[in-house]
Amino acid sequence: MLDIALWISLALILMALALNVYRLAIGPSLPDRLLALDTMYVNSIALIVLLGLWLNTKNYFEAALLIAMLGFISTVAVCKYVLRGDIIE
Amino acid sequence: MTHFVILEGVIAFFLIAGGAFAFIGSLGLAHLRDFYMRLHGPTKSTTIGIGCILIASMLYFWVTEGKPDIQEMLITLFLFITAPVTAHLLAKTGLHLRLPHVDKTRGRPVELRREEVGEKPVPHPDKGHG
Repeated sequence: MLDIALWISLALILMALALNVYRLAIGPSLPDRLLALDTMYVNSIALIVLLGLWLNTKNYFEAALLIAMLGFISTVAVCKYVLRGDIIE
Repeated sequence: MTHFVILEGVIAFFLIAGGAFAFIGSLGLAHLRDFYMRLHGPTKSTTIGIGCILIASMLYFWVTEGKPDIQEMLITLFLFITAPVTAHLLAKTGLHLRLPHVDKTRGRPVELRREEVGEKPVPHPDKGHG
């Protein structure tokens, strides 16, 4: 039962990533592309957690935590750059 | 024996629910019509989806190893704190760039005051215009 659930969840996350790539490619404006990248890192955290479940190991949670932190910081940095023309004033 | 089956069912439910929420969020991102609508999907639905998947992972390792671990809850907590901040900054960026919006999007962006776009001199708080 867990195997089937893992496959279904993996398929849904991969379709979500494909939709994010679609929005990243056609996004008409800069904030659309930023939002697509932001969603992509959240979905990639889900992918890493599913990989940890599949391989039955807990070694990947540090990677997931690092991706969460760096993704948040980079999104905030690009937003500040677009808003103010400078990151650290 | 039976409670392992029930726990497996609970973990499978959380995994599928998380995948479905993440997919719906990304579907909203790809499908909706203007930026302010598209902001809704990823910031709400994807966040609850990743929360469900991390809860499933935490339950799985709790069942297999016998002791709870709050490491996964740390990622969930971090994402639940940072998602509104990201959404706020992205909305501010969209308003700053004056992105077009369809007529059905309610809540017009507040027009900037003329002082803020530099058309009118701003009085000094102490000295006035002098």
